[in-house]
Amino acid sequence: MAEWVDLLAWGDAGWGDEMIRGAFWTLLLATVAFTLGVAIGSVGAAAKLSYLLPARWLGQGYTTVIRGVPDLLVIYLLFFGGNQAVMAIARGLFGYDGYIELNAFTIGAIALATVSGAYSTEVIRGAVLAVPRGQIEAARACGMSGWLLFRRIMVPQVARYALPGLGNVWQLTLKDTSLISIVGLVEIMRSAGVASGSTQKPFIFYLSAAVLYLALTAGSNRVFGLAELWANRGVRRA
Amino acid sequence: MRFELFAEYFPDLLSGVPMMLQLAGLSLLLGFFLAVLLAVLRTSGIRPLELSVRGYVYVFRGTPLLVQIFLIYYGTGQFEVIRDSFLWPVLREAYWCAIIALTLNTGAYTSEIIRGGIEAVPWGQVEAAKACGMNALLRFRRVVFPQAIRQALPGYGNEIILMIKSTSLASTITLLEVTGIARKIISQTYAPLELFIMAGAIYLTIVFTVTRIVDWIENRLSPELAGRHRVEDAEKDLASVH
Repeated sequence: MAEWVDLLAWGDAGWGDEMIRGAFWTLLLATVAFTLGVAIGSVGAAAKLSYLLPARWLGQGYTTVIRGVPDLLVIYLLFFGGNQAVMAIARGLFGYDGYIELNAFTIGAIALATVSGAYSTEVIRGAVLAVPRGQIEAARACGMSGWLLFRRIMVPQVARYALPGLGNVWQLTLKDTSLISIVGLVEIMRSAGVASGSTQKPFIFYLSAAVLYLALTAGSNRVFGLAELWANRGVRRA
Repeated sequence: MRFELFAEYFPDLLSGVPMMLQLAGLSLLLGFFLAVLLAVLRTSGIRPLELSVRGYVYVFRGTPLLVQIFLIYYGTGQFEVIRDSFLWPVLREAYWCAIIALTLNTGAYTSEIIRGGIEAVPWGQVEAAKACGMNALLRFRRVVFPQAIRQALPGYGNEIILMIKSTSLASTITLLEVTGIARKIISQTYAPLELFIMAGAIYLTIVFTVTRIVDWIENRLSPELAGRHRVEDAEKDLASVH
């Protein structure tokens, strides 16, 4: 037990501070990827509910492919192909011909946002469909135009209906950040791997990693629970 | 797009399919038995058992699968007790470590799905079975379990698909299944998009097939509901057009 305390100590001798720093990067990556994912999901849901057939096809294709393919494969695609793609875009749009390299965080955030965006699309699409049609008709009858109707009627209700589902997407994204360790970002898993490598004590470090993830998932579960309470504060229940 | 790569590397990727199916199949099978056991304990009404199962499920659902795999593959080798024990020939092999991790993981998720099914069985039926003089085992086998499974099937279908995708993580502990092979070829050819398309097509084909099979079983098990989904889908489609 004393050995474990030394290994997880703060400062140069122990690995406690490295692990906590890893947890910080995990949380930051998950937050950025989830936020981007919700933005993608809103666009995706709009596409899937659009009256334009090509938009519906695009949305359907995106969610089908991403939800049917391992997250790791998406990460490899962006890790190995992300730089090429960005360079091609830079050349095409701005005529810039130099070398561009995205860092592990950026690639990780884009990859995880792509994945969580597909799940968010489904959640938000369901939430939009849950808003009763009569309300939209009523709003139109009151003379609300598209933007006002969207802002006053749709957004507040869609946000409330989508909250539990988005909570699940958040948990998924948070756990998926562990995969970004494979492409080199020093988050929880990578910190644990480095510490295991130099101390030859993998069990204690991967166990600590598990505890950190559990703390993060449990903590954020609380936050989403409170957010749901807040969002439903005016809703009457049977 | 380098089309010549498709013919060259597609067979290599396909050679990873048996490993993927083995990992998914074996761990789903073992995980299912584990899940039924856990679900029964979870609904047993015996407080300490219920709490332990809840703790187990909480831990396995709250941590990434990658941590679980690494903990079993790298973590267990740290202890001399384990290295000297009869467990070592199993825990030394990446293959069995992956199976164990995937089994424990799907066991946790599936037990919650089955629990939902068990709790959906109307209590009156259990009372009726009791009144007929059935003992607990017979009640479970004849009344509760068949209905719970039927209820749990759609959720379990999702779990099967998640597991097929999860086998990709076995590549992180040296096992060469489709994603692992794809990564290897990408680092040799620098053709990420081509390999993504090929490997993705393999996964989508399998996922699609599994979905179809689960749908078919669902219709077989509850023929009285067979038409219902189609009507709902049609209504959803209508709603999405306008």
